Amino acid sequence: MTGRTTQIARYVLDNGLTILLKEVHTAPVASWWVLYRVGSRNERTGQTGISHWVEHMLFKGTPRFPAGTLDEAIERVGGVWNAQTSFDYTAYFETLPAQHIGLALEIEADRMQNALFDLAEVEAERTVIISERQGSENSPTFWLHEETRAAAFRVHPYHHPIIGDMADLHTITRDELYAHYQTYYAPNNAIAVAVGAFDAAELLRQIEALYGAIPRRPDPPPVTRTEPPQQGERTVRVERPGNASYIYLAYRAPEAAHPDWIRLAVVDSILAGASAPGGDNIGNRTSRLYRALVETELAAGVGGGLYPSVDPYLFSIMVTVRDGRTPEEVQDALDREIARVSAGEISQAELDKAKKQARALFAYGTEGVTGQAFWLAFAENFSGYAWYADYLSRLDAVTLDEVQDAAARYLRRSQRTVGWFIPVNEGDPPGRAS
Amino acid sequence: MNGTSLPGPHDIARRVLANGIVVLARENPHAPSVVVAGSLNAGSIFDPPERAGLAAFTAAALLRGTLQRDFAAIHELLESNGASLTIGGGVHSTSFSGKSLAEDLPLLLDLLSDSLRNPSFEPVQVERLRGEIVTGLKIREQDTRYVASRAFRTLAYSDGHPYGRPMGGTPQSVAAISRDDLVAFHRQHYDPRGMIVVVVGAVAPEEALDAVERALGDWTADAAPAALLPVPGAPQLDRTRTEFVAMPGKSQTDLVLGVPGPSRLAPEWYAANLANHILGVFGMYGRIGAEVRERRGLAYYSYSRLDGGLGPGPWRVIAGVNPVHVEQTIAAIRAEIRRFLEAGPTSQELADSKANFIGRLPLQLEDNEGIAGAILSMERYGLGLDYLQRYASLIEAISEADVLDAARRYLDPDRYALAVAGPALPDGGEEGV
Repeated sequence: MTGRTTQIARYVLDNGLTILLKEVHTAPVASWWVLYRVGSRNERTGQTGISHWVEHMLFKGTPRFPAGTLDEAIERVGGVWNAQTSFDYTAYFETLPAQHIGLALEIEADRMQNALFDLAEVEAERTVIISERQGSENSPTFWLHEETRAAAFRVHPYHHPIIGDMADLHTITRDELYAHYQTYYAPNNAIAVAVGAFDAAELLRQIEALYGAIPRRPDPPPVTRTEPPQQGERTVRVERPGNASYIYLAYRAPEAAHPDWIRLAVVDSILAGASAPGGDNIGNRTSRLYRALVETELAAGVGGGLYPSVDPYLFSIMVTVRDGRTPEEVQDALDREIARVSAGEISQAELDKAKKQARALFAYGTEGVTGQAFWLAFAENFSGYAWYADYLSRLDAVTLDEVQDAAARYLRRSQRTVGWFIPVNEGDPPGRAS
Repeated sequence: MNGTSLPGPHDIARRVLANGIVVLARENPHAPSVVVAGSLNAGSIFDPPERAGLAAFTAAALLRGTLQRDFAAIHELLESNGASLTIGGGVHSTSFSGKSLAEDLPLLLDLLSDSLRNPSFEPVQVERLRGEIVTGLKIREQDTRYVASRAFRTLAYSDGHPYGRPMGGTPQSVAAISRDDLVAFHRQHYDPRGMIVVVVGAVAPEEALDAVERALGDWTADAAPAALLPVPGAPQLDRTRTEFVAMPGKSQTDLVLGVPGPSRLAPEWYAANLANHILGVFGMYGRIGAEVRERRGLAYYSYSRLDGGLGPGPWRVIAGVNPVHVEQTIAAIRAEIRRFLEAGPTSQELADSKANFIGRLPLQLEDNEGIAGAILSMERYGLGLDYLQRYASLIEAISEADVLDAARRYLDPDRYALAVAGPALPDGGEEGV
């Protein structure tokens, strides 16, 4: 192999900025990520969606790089950049031909402290963000996810959507946005990661030169609203125009750093199909739920999800009810299948298969630098980068007893929220007028 | 990235098998995986008008069972090895794409060969698949962007033009497709002649060519000569055509405004592609994005796209807007097209887009999928194995006048197809669309 890869090096600057560097010399490209430890988890009622809106404003210019100039600077060198806001983080990245990584370092150092939040830009962006939410509202499953999550979390801020409630999107002010930025965008609340074709020692010198003098800020306020224990099954019905029914089943799950998380990931793999950090989807047609629901022609599709989170979140199963079938019959079949797993009906062969699939998925995930850099930053935020780097060896250590035990403890009816989407105008074709 | 590190004649191996299959391979030793990608001439262009969706249905049925392996055996083989294989219909061709650890390449090729040559179209699987397709189509009926795009195609490609038909069919047309239709379509159109297979990954090129030849070299065509791949001519829009599709319960409106555009093989392809990039891609969605999204805040997205392909694929602007902003957005898009056609690009804009076209190659060729896609395009469009070496000078040679000419040849702010899908427009706005 000619593609030299180094171990991951971790540094913390005096101002608290965490840095992870990994050289990968397989293609002449490099990816630079800066992840802030702030997301919808850190928002209070009245300001829901503010983290995502702040993310948008970081593309609206600084004194040094006015709005629009950076899109052009990055495209001129053939790079890409983007950002994402989630429950636990807001992350920004550039992936570029490796010789241009200095541009990425400069952009992120600049907007860590100098974003303008111009009032006119804030108002123009209000329309764009409301439009983004309306775009999501066009999808029946958006409403189902929003309502089910809101029922699953009464106290914890995972209750509200990342995009924010419409009421807040109408009322959040420029000063609130700026205060949020000032509170959370600080080197001591950030993780910076580079993966690609560079010399790590040289890159570290450049990073220190650009980021070392950015002042530390007071530590942001902790999230204190812990979700209390769930006292029984919760149910949600969403009734809206649509052409299909959906079932969204959400069980309370542990946080990513909890030892049970990876055991439940195996349960997810067996029930709903292979998964591993960084990997592509390889299909789930041999999974338990595909066989029980899709092959029996009850459902058109099924998927599972266990999201690695800072605080305890959800293990979810999403089913698209097949045309002509009812959610009631699908729910019955789904419950029978889950009962088998929670009763301990899991074989060593299934565990071995889940491990082998994860190995292949993980190998695919190491082909590109962007995904690797994301996972290092993401894992550093919720647990430590070793969570990702050592994923396969931790998975290898999982035993059948542990998986059976985790299934029994987490897949309990009393610990779940059941959401149904019921189309109210089934069969009506879209109306037409010219 | 210099000329010799780009895939080219020095490291792409090419072999034409006796049965007509063209095989290409390039080694990428950096990750222990391999990608197989390719196509054959069995796209929706062969769908009979009353059987829209037949090509896509046939392609989707191939991995549902063969004469040797049932559904469970196929997917157990793939999933237990962490491999994947998909086969899907396109307009001109049916494409396949598979991925596995490098040591499992023979397994992947064997399965590809078996599913392309010996599908069983078992009735129970056909019915199961039909139900999934119909459910999927009904779900798409609720997607404003899909509904607007479909209506746009019908307007821009009228009078039975094959590009005007929905590639996946409709719930009604898919319901009418019989098992015999699938069997007949497969017999008539699945043929090694015109097929391309590309292998990229941790396998030596000659070894990869041999592996493909072992799996597919003995596939012989039926006695009948293969149908020539029909490439439809470019329809002319004689006037502006518009349609509004009302979708109750929606919050956002999608609109698609455009025309039939140049094929990938047209001499003005590169100039048109640069014009499109300046108009609706560069930076935050080009001039249109700057006006509609950035300056006016009318939309979450507003960009333009040039499809190309073997025939006159569409050139269109797509925008997602609040229903009250539909009229303003259409006016702004038309104004930007008019402004572009009057004065063309600035030299700075053209220089920027050229720099992007050339500079982005390292990112596009970073992984096996990206390299395989580039090699497949070289073969499909006859670009030559040295295409990536020539690419920078091809782009550099385009002038501002070339770009303006290409735009003027296709775009017209007063003659276009426009489809709008979303909630009922306020104040009888439908009249104005």
